[in-house]
Amino acid sequence: MKKDNQTLKIIVYTILILYSLLTLFPFAWSILTSFKSTAEIAGGGTFFPETVSTSGWQTLFDSQYTTWVRNSLVVALITTVLNVIFNTMAGYAFARIDFFGRKFLFSLMLLLIMIPAQVTMIPLYIVVSNLNLINTHWSIILTSMINIAYIFMMRQFFINFPKEVEEAASMDGLSTLGIFFKIVLPNAKPALATQAIFIFMGVWNEFMRPLLFISSPDLYMLTQGLNALSNQFRNITAWDIIMAGAIFSVIPIFMLFIFLNKYFIAANDRSVGGK
Amino acid sequence: MRKKRSNNIQGLTFMTPATLTASLFIVVPIAYAFFMMFFNINLLSGTRTFIGFDNFRKIIGDPRFWAALRNTSTYVAVVVPIQTSIALILAALLNSKVKFNRAFLTVMFIPTLTSSSAMTLIFMWLFNNNGLVVNQLEQLTGMRIHFLTNPDLALSVIMIMNIFSTVPHFMVVFLSGLQDIPTNLYEAAAIDGATKIRQFFHVTIPQLMPILFYVITMGVVGTFQIFDQAFILSGGTGGPQNSTLTFTLYIYQLAFTSNDMGRATAMSFILGVIIFTFTAIINKVMKADEMNG
Repeated sequence: MKKDNQTLKIIVYTILILYSLLTLFPFAWSILTSFKSTAEIAGGGTFFPETVSTSGWQTLFDSQYTTWVRNSLVVALITTVLNVIFNTMAGYAFARIDFFGRKFLFSLMLLLIMIPAQVTMIPLYIVVSNLNLINTHWSIILTSMINIAYIFMMRQFFINFPKEVEEAASMDGLSTLGIFFKIVLPNAKPALATQAIFIFMGVWNEFMRPLLFISSPDLYMLTQGLNALSNQFRNITAWDIIMAGAIFSVIPIFMLFIFLNKYFIAANDRSVGGK
Repeated sequence: MRKKRSNNIQGLTFMTPATLTASLFIVVPIAYAFFMMFFNINLLSGTRTFIGFDNFRKIIGDPRFWAALRNTSTYVAVVVPIQTSIALILAALLNSKVKFNRAFLTVMFIPTLTSSSAMTLIFMWLFNNNGLVVNQLEQLTGMRIHFLTNPDLALSVIMIMNIFSTVPHFMVVFLSGLQDIPTNLYEAAAIDGATKIRQFFHVTIPQLMPILFYVITMGVVGTFQIFDQAFILSGGTGGPQNSTLTFTLYIYQLAFTSNDMGRATAMSFILGVIIFTFTAIINKVMKADEMNG
């Protein structure tokens, strides 16, 4: 019996270690590639760089890449702030305020969340184009400034949040808006952080919306820029530049993941809880 | 009475940003779609002509539609079972009181953080004709397999990439489900002499049914919409020989290459119906299963 457990344990660890290595491998290989010279890459070459070359990284940062990083950063930050405010307000209203039309709006949101984004993308493009927003960053910010999934998450959060605190504040003469900004928001920090992280990551990684809405290279979002980079350098096998671009684009999200690890895993729990 | 009115004002004020955005960018496009799919729309000249069901007729007569249907169905049928199984197995292993499970989890989660575009470039470099996978396979088998330019293999590269990047997310979902299963169920099974493997099939799986249902539904909805990877890998063409042409890529091409917004919307409607039908079927089958189990 004891011996059986031992072998089972070895098998479990072996699988976990192998899968972890498999996960890391493509990233490690890309990082190594980014430090090779284009000539070495074209020749096939060895696993590790024969001579460490930073020319890929230099070409990358001399290109429009830095503009794309800035575009993505600005758009993602603005979208995140708007989302956190608007989703939380809506979630709070659903959970706490008994207003005319609440049931209707709630059912409407339940219906809308079921509709895949791809299904509405062409009419959405026409709406955005009628508003003269094509080829502006507003096209991305305005169309993604709320997220129904996080409205539901915040509603759930406020339903579980003790009402007494707000009632006491209301007794002290604070208005609903005052209570919302002074009492509710500070207490909702973990939920707000979860929202912020995932919305930022969503905008940062989004490919289709920028592809549809934005056409001038100086306004490209980073994901679009990566595609342009690959189209430009693929045929001359300058994979060092392409891999440098791909790896650098992951770094900001990776940093968030390292420092705010607990929110990433916990949020997955919650998304299941909501079902 | 006054309280009620102030509640209405406050509630609706709090809802305004969400309601306005949802109306303008979700409800209006959906309403517009129902109108667009029966028209021939020329964005440049701004003309619209009512053509009834012609858009649908043209789609059904288009061999590229059937290629997209075949590719997307194969894609869903291959990716969903594999990604669900791997995610479930890894979650079960991580849940079996291993040391360093937090470290494993952190490492395995990385692909989920990576954008589809960065991931596609990394995989294109791995599977490139000059790439590592091709070179290694040549050393092993003596054959030079060209993945990205071979119509029979290009889609499988996207499948592998998809599995690689969605497994960690579903793994974490399964893991939290596993941690909610009461331990006394396992203790009871152990007393009855059930092995670890038997416990997995007779305790874990039945208890996980609702989460399994969620993961499969999400998997189906997600894979039916596959676009980014196919677009980047084929440069938007869906090639080689339409082998990476997916539904959504086909919609994109109808709209922006053929400039036929009406037909693209009709195709979106078809995709929507397919996704809803599949979700409803899974819902029905798995709910029935849950009752019996």
